[in-house]
Amino acid sequence: MSAHREILFGLYDDETDLLSAVKEANARHLHIDNVYSPFPVHGLDPLLGLQESRLHQAGFVYGAIGMLTAFLFMTWVFTRDWPIIFGGKPYWSVPAFIPITFELTVLFASIGMVVTYYAVNGQGPGVTNAVLDDRITDDKFCISFDAGHASEEEVSKFQQFLTESGAKEIRTKTI
Amino acid sequence: MSAVISPIRDPLITGHKDYHQITEDICAPSERTPSAAWVTAFLISVAVLSFGVFCILWTIWFGIGTWNLNRTIGWGWDITNFVWWIGIGHAGTLISAILLLFRQKWRTGVNRAAEAMTIFAVLCAALFPGIHVGRIWVVFYFFPYPNTRGPLWVNFNSPLLWDLFAISTYFTVSLLFWYTGLVPDFATLRDRATGVRKKVYNFLSFGWTGAAKHWQRFESLSLVLAGIATPLVLSVHTIVSFDFATSVIPGWHTTIFPPYFVAGAIFSGFAMVLTLMIITRKILNLEDYITVEHVDSMNKVILLTGSIVGVAYITELVIAWYSGYIYEQFAFANRVQGVYWWAYFGMMTCNVLSPQLFWVRKFRRNIAFTFFMSIFINIGMWFERFVIIPTTLARDYLPSSWSYYVPSWVEIGIFLGTLGIFFTLYLIFTRVAPVVAIAEVKAILKSSGDQYAGEHAKQGHTAHDTHSHEEENLVH
Repeated sequence: MSAHREILFGLYDDETDLLSAVKEANARHLHIDNVYSPFPVHGLDPLLGLQESRLHQAGFVYGAIGMLTAFLFMTWVFTRDWPIIFGGKPYWSVPAFIPITFELTVLFASIGMVVTYYAVNGQGPGVTNAVLDDRITDDKFCISFDAGHASEEEVSKFQQFLTESGAKEIRTKTI
Repeated sequence: MSAVISPIRDPLITGHKDYHQITEDICAPSERTPSAAWVTAFLISVAVLSFGVFCILWTIWFGIGTWNLNRTIGWGWDITNFVWWIGIGHAGTLISAILLLFRQKWRTGVNRAAEAMTIFAVLCAALFPGIHVGRIWVVFYFFPYPNTRGPLWVNFNSPLLWDLFAISTYFTVSLLFWYTGLVPDFATLRDRATGVRKKVYNFLSFGWTGAAKHWQRFESLSLVLAGIATPLVLSVHTIVSFDFATSVIPGWHTTIFPPYFVAGAIFSGFAMVLTLMIITRKILNLEDYITVEHVDSMNKVILLTGSIVGVAYITELVIAWYSGYIYEQFAFANRVQGVYWWAYFGMMTCNVLSPQLFWVRKFRRNIAFTFFMSIFINIGMWFERFVIIPTTLARDYLPSSWSYYVPSWVEIGIFLGTLGIFFTLYLIFTRVAPVVAIAEVKAILKSSGDQYAGEHAKQGHTAHDTHSHEEENLVH
């Protein structure tokens, strides 16, 4: 992140509290910056308006590339570059190409998806992202608001919401 | 927070844990100084590993003439051990991928350690093809790369090459899957650590924050990786079996090999998972997370796959007899009552008879008995590969070529060495990483914790709260 951002956040003790708080925030038309949790909370995505991840579509494309790479390469080697007869079978012995074609499909799809996943998450070896509270990876559930880009009136609304929705701790942090 | 709580399922997390207690319990082993038991085990493993390395260097220096292979028996302990280790690895992928697709919650207690086991087992397995070709310094000839010999390509029609691709893909995918799951848990360790430890875990956790969108992608990635790892794991042992099945050796050239190998692999892998888990849960005080319920479930898988393997053995015999092909008939008669009858007897006893004891619920839930059985099955599955490989080769078509094979000290040393490598890596893993997937266990707490599910659940604390949420989610 380039510019520093001032984040107002509240910590909740349970995912059920978190879910009802997010619903309450939606009802009050407050713009939630982000929600953090120690494990995936099911039912949160539609409340936050998150669209389904397109990672699996990317995976399909990578897999297709892997499949074509393997199959076309073996075809080229055994029909164009250096045709050899093995065991009296045709040069272009398609059934024998299936295992390697399958393996490379899986390999390309997996590597491609994992690399894409870390890239779009902004994560990777050596990356340090700001952590709002150390207990978010332990037992706290966090709703955060971008207080730096909000008017004073909005910030007080955020604060009022956090208090009323049962946040156990409310803090501000510049990240 | 999956909300359907079955009244007949036993809880998978005992001890009335809350989220914080789960973090404390699972992080504890990597945050305290190693126990005397760990240090002793580590020193023994490293010693055995060192002897293995010595034997490998001996092999490389003097050549594979230091092994007792001969012109008739070209594959001995090397390929036996290779297949044995690869098979062991399969349980990890089954638990992490196939059981994820089947939504089996008990996988969360054991998947992390089982996946680690897969990776270490595949490493041990991959060692054998590398050294048994004799000239390890040109081992890169395995791979198709542009070269100055034409370029002369590898034979893409050969099952041995398929195997190379299968195993390297399997290793890579298992590693990616395992590490992706580890990242959130490394972040948990990072946020509890100070000083150098914090720096190390900060590097390992890749900047994980736990944001909602990241968790969504995390789950999507896990599901798709599980979806493609499932056919992958089935393909790997299928292709290993092709190494034998596509040859024209009586006793190997059979169509039953792929399913039979895959079932055997899962069978032996679960036995190794149980061996490791029973020790791990005891030493790391994780009995609340790896419960008798988990052991029971794994024993059921052992019973199923053991029975499949048993049926396969008997089918092989019947089909050999029914084929009317004398070489095939001789190969099987020879396995049962030839010079290596004791290996066949060991295989049948350990793999076919012993798992049948698990029909009894009391045995399935007995930890000491299960531990004993898991060792027994590991031995049995090693015998299976020994029966298939050297004992079949020992009595080939020509009686003048018949031979007998016992391993040399170098071969035994290399096998022991792989056990050393495996346990050394596993012990390091138990120190560095959370042995149980923290985030995944937390995610099933509300449906499988003993205060929510099972007979000791607190009244009025269970299904209703979570149910209403789930129903609302379904509406969305």
